[in-house]
Amino acid sequence: MTTVGPVETWATILTVAATAIAGDVLTAGAMRRIGDLDEIRAHSGLLGAIKAVTGSRMFLCGVLSMALSFFALLFTLSNVDVSLAAPASASLTFIGNAAAARIFLRENVDRRRWIAAALVCAGVALLSR
Amino acid sequence: MKHTLSPQRYLILLAVILSASFGDTLLSHGMKQVGPVSFHNLGLLLVALKNPWVIVGILLLIGFFASYLTALSWADLTFVLPSTSLSYVIVALLSKFWLHEDISIYRWLGILLIVGAVGFVANGPSLTEHPYPVGKTL
Repeated sequence: MTTVGPVETWATILTVAATAIAGDVLTAGAMRRIGDLDEIRAHSGLLGAIKAVTGSRMFLCGVLSMALSFFALLFTLSNVDVSLAAPASASLTFIGNAAAARIFLRENVDRRRWIAAALVCAGVALLSR
Repeated sequence: MKHTLSPQRYLILLAVILSASFGDTLLSHGMKQVGPVSFHNLGLLLVALKNPWVIVGILLLIGFFASYLTALSWADLTFVLPSTSLSYVIVALLSKFWLHEDISIYRWLGILLIVGAVGFVANGPSLTEHPYPVGKTL
């Protein structure tokens, strides 16, 4: 059913993955800035926790990126086979998240986490068959 | 980095896994009852909002987002994502035993790989220690 060439196909899949990675990293960065939600809820209640999260500009940018990723996925699915688009974008997102978390969030992505990301990536690709 | 999780935090990760997988499966079941939606009959999406399976699915996915954000507030993204990828496995099992979809040998292999990944990362530390707040680098 793929109706576009290989360049367009991979450009749309990369767009889905890039916006998903931006969404995940911005959301995770925002949550790290805000702090432990369990503690915030203990001090200011559920409403206080919701206010802390929704008041973060970084969190809102993350949600916007996730929404963009969703619409990019819809666009991709209208042009590319789901059996290629879904696993390819999910796998790229997993590996890209590991790299982006290391660069932007300065997470210690050791060999254990790289192997886990690669295993999930391969597992997702197999699940779609 | 030697953070380990308390039993309560493992429960939050379990909530992420279960709410995502059951939410997606209930949505799928509800949307099959509603019928295919196309650009020409987008109004059907409003009808879908009256379907009880879809309603419970959406509530579960709201619960998923809340527990996912809670997990990200005390654990690394590269810990939370592989740990919660077990939801892919549960979706596959639910689709086989509840929705009666076929699961090929490739899918079982994929499930095995994901379970292996979860075992790999869950044994490690959950959070990287930083001398100063992470947000300042972004």
